[in-house]
Amino acid sequence: MFDGGGDSGYKKLSTVNRRMFVMTAAKLVIFGGIITRLFTLQINENKKYLTLSDKNRLREWRLPPERGDFEDYFGNKIASNLKVYQLHVVPEQVEDFRYLMIRLRDILDIDSQTFKKILKRKDQQKPWETLIISEKLSWDQFAKINFYLHELSGAKPVLSVARNYPYDEKFTHLLGYVAQASEKDLIENEVIKKKHVPGLRVGKIGLEKTYENQLIGSNGIQRYEVNAYGKRINQIDFVEGRKGTNIRLTVDTKIQTQCNELLKDKAGSICVMDIYTGELIAMHSSPSFDPNLFLYGISHENWNAILTNPKKPLINRSIQGLYPPGSTIKPIVALSALENDVISTKFKVNCTGKTEMYGQTYHCWKDTGHGIVNLRDALKVSCDTFFYEMSRRLGVDRLNITAKKFGLGEKVFNGTYNEEKEGLIPSTQWKKNALGRGWVLGETLIAGIGQGYMQTTPLQLCLMTAQLANGGFKIKPKIIYDKKSDSYEKIKAEMEKNRIELLSQLQQEDPLVEFSLERKKSDTKLYKPLYRNQENVKFVLEAMFASTNEVRGTSYSSRISDKKYQFAGKTGTSQVKKITEIQRELDLDISQIPYKERDHALFVAFGPYVNPRYALSVFVEHGGSGSSAAAPLAKKLFKTIVDRHEEREKIREKSLMEI
Amino acid sequence: MFKETALSGQTTFFQKLRSLDYILLVCILILGVISSLAMYATDGGELLYHTKSHVLRFIIFFIMMFVLSFLNIRFWHATGYFFYIIVLGLLIWASLYGITASGSQRWVDLYFINLQPSELMKIAIIVCFAKFYHRAQINQINNFKNLLVPMMILILPILLVVSQPDLGTSILIALSGIIVLWLAGINLKYFIYSGLFLLISLPFVIAFLKPYQKLRILTFFNPDKDPLGAGYQIIQSKIAIGSGGLTGKGFLKGTQGYLEFLPEKHTDFIFTLFSEEHGFIGSLALLFIYGVIIYRVIDIGKNARSFFGKLFCFGFASSIFVFITVNMSMVLGLLPIVGSPLPIMSYGGSSMLATMIGFSIVMSTKIYQKQLIA
Repeated sequence: MFDGGGDSGYKKLSTVNRRMFVMTAAKLVIFGGIITRLFTLQINENKKYLTLSDKNRLREWRLPPERGDFEDYFGNKIASNLKVYQLHVVPEQVEDFRYLMIRLRDILDIDSQTFKKILKRKDQQKPWETLIISEKLSWDQFAKINFYLHELSGAKPVLSVARNYPYDEKFTHLLGYVAQASEKDLIENEVIKKKHVPGLRVGKIGLEKTYENQLIGSNGIQRYEVNAYGKRINQIDFVEGRKGTNIRLTVDTKIQTQCNELLKDKAGSICVMDIYTGELIAMHSSPSFDPNLFLYGISHENWNAILTNPKKPLINRSIQGLYPPGSTIKPIVALSALENDVISTKFKVNCTGKTEMYGQTYHCWKDTGHGIVNLRDALKVSCDTFFYEMSRRLGVDRLNITAKKFGLGEKVFNGTYNEEKEGLIPSTQWKKNALGRGWVLGETLIAGIGQGYMQTTPLQLCLMTAQLANGGFKIKPKIIYDKKSDSYEKIKAEMEKNRIELLSQLQQEDPLVEFSLERKKSDTKLYKPLYRNQENVKFVLEAMFASTNEVRGTSYSSRISDKKYQFAGKTGTSQVKKITEIQRELDLDISQIPYKERDHALFVAFGPYVNPRYALSVFVEHGGSGSSAAAPLAKKLFKTIVDRHEEREKIREKSLMEI
Repeated sequence: MFKETALSGQTTFFQKLRSLDYILLVCILILGVISSLAMYATDGGELLYHTKSHVLRFIIFFIMMFVLSFLNIRFWHATGYFFYIIVLGLLIWASLYGITASGSQRWVDLYFINLQPSELMKIAIIVCFAKFYHRAQINQINNFKNLLVPMMILILPILLVVSQPDLGTSILIALSGIIVLWLAGINLKYFIYSGLFLLISLPFVIAFLKPYQKLRILTFFNPDKDPLGAGYQIIQSKIAIGSGGLTGKGFLKGTQGYLEFLPEKHTDFIFTLFSEEHGFIGSLALLFIYGVIIYRVIDIGKNARSFFGKLFCFGFASSIFVFITVNMSMVLGLLPIVGSPLPIMSYGGSSMLATMIGFSIVMSTKIYQKQLIA
């Protein structure tokens, strides 16, 4: 009748019931034991533990981590840490907080607004958390505090570290800057959240932000025994924090500084790059601002001054500024035409100053015309008429492929700078997708002189020039110094190997390995040729040499005849606004045109011409013509670049020895 | 008697609702409220993540428990082995692809919840044994085959949990299982033999322990030797409880809690913080509630007609008792620190889920107490 059945079932039940009874008795005994223990601890020994709890409390303080430095190629600190004196108060440890605060306000001369902010912050944090009264005490304040310290029980002057940018505004756009960690920073980055202490500075933009996790370092930890009022009795444990990783860059402070001087009071950008290793030597965007201002919360006036500056200092023009490349694109247009066998080097056009096509008049920059010009002359004197005709035959889609191969319309430092822009190299497909309209042939013509939809960043132009100047090979731009990266010799040998390989492939005339002018995956491979016939690249480079070093060349006035410094370049003047017929008639001087409507001045160059090593791009926003506003800056800069080359080599040899 | 049996299958929903054990339900609810307040105090008097998710879990799992209570006890009997095999499968899954946290691979990611199958095993092992002994004849219980099979059923999950490594939970699973085996009627001598065997092999077991586990056992015997290291938790826990006194420091007035001195203050050390704030009287009250719960579960077991329901209730009541005593003894410095949560009070979804499933089987036993299982 019970399941399990009969007598056996009954026995089973009686066993389990009997054993459960024993078990219940055991439980009561054990519960009794626990209650006894509770009684002993909480009633009998209560006094002992109460005093222990009051007097023997351990507190842990996390110290701010020390941030890693940035160094330039030569090991100079370009962002480091400075020792500063701060004033801390732990509210819990202060007997009369209000009194202390009023005393401190008088001694430090804190204005009422800041004072209110401090009080507000106090309410937001836990009573045992450090309240920072002053982030940076002046020497005067520090002395005063120490003088009154005996009356200011609870206030602690503390030696701390703070970010310091010794070159002020010179590296701002390249490095970025740090400021107090915001709520958003904590949410976005786990590492910051884990290491956060009140007043922690974190990277807000640029390399400071990108490399935050390497730079941040680790917190030091202090454990103190404290009494009931939270006063520290003695230190029990101290774990030293680890400084963040120092990051060495490829930039040269000397050259960067000169870039700053050259662009003083102008808006613009200069980028300098090693054409083989891809190392960025300098990258400056003007106007800049002092990143030290952001360390302690930028003041209202300073922030307003930056915001209202018409030249917009917050924009990093080198990677964020999108401008039509103007005539600086012409070497690529010429190369594309030659590579696609659209024209031969002997092709000639008669330039009369303007040309009628598709019912529109297209002007050459020179009203009187250049006469009969061939390709070399057209590059040298930057004849627009020639390029209209050539690009008409080439078509925008083939131009698009070549331009993208050489690095235009794509991010140069993919991922290193969040703010980097892509730019735009138009194609018929792009226009259909983006604007929903068909391509107009007239747009091909102006694309051939780098106007219209085309937009590039100054850094892209620099990379383009570098990849032309090294003979037409793919390189990888970089800004972080890496000992293990390929040396100049190795890269050169690799390029030579790839050149011969391509040559033999083409000679075999095997239809299967025929070199395609289409953009392929293999184009992204390092040190691979970007051309089909290297003679075409050489031709373009030679024409750029003529443009700078032969009479009537557009940058002839900026030439350096000394072979050691001799460089080759291409000017560009990009229009901001369509020129009306009336303006063309007037032919105004630059000073007579409103600033916002003035042309952008550009110049790309490489040198030394014999055995080139460096490429650069100069951009002056609304600077006027490329030959008068941009090329002269390159001339001044090239001397320094070449002179610094030897110093750079010394460092390189030294690091080679170390490996 | 035959009449009653015939009637028992025919009860209406309303009758079932009436036959729920309301004392047990109310006690669980009170425990839920107390634990939520304790969680809130542990979070430093702020409505933070732990509190919110604890409250949410309690509500969800309580409702789940209530609904599952209406399942026929036959269902639990029928799925007894299946339940065990599923949890065992999850344990194997955890050991292969589990989520590793603080050096132990305990969790499986089930997309909506990170489940700790070892917690569920605490209940599954009882269900499994209850089913096994429901069938077994008393005179066959102590024969070789009927000793070997339960042995395997018990050892398999223990090995898996030890290898995670999670010593605390594996000990608790072992204790749950052993208690049920004893209740079922296995001869006492076997327990004595295996106890002796364990004692002999203890030195070898210790050789396999992780260094931190050895340290914990050593510090248990002498916590003052290393007051900042492994003994820190025991000392701080004792200070917190001891300083609570008769009536405690008051809700949200605990001073030790916010010192961040206990890494597991939301889980294993929740009683420490509760006891500091509510003192001896509060702790007694909490023990009383647990006592009532255990008493109710045993009482339901006594009135159950099916051997399955009876053995489950007895086993479940005993293992809850073990979990409570192990946890409290640990924070009171009576046992070494091995991870073991306090049922319902501690933060942790899997433990709460397992306990609630256990309660729903108990409720089901109550509702269908006259039901026989063939």
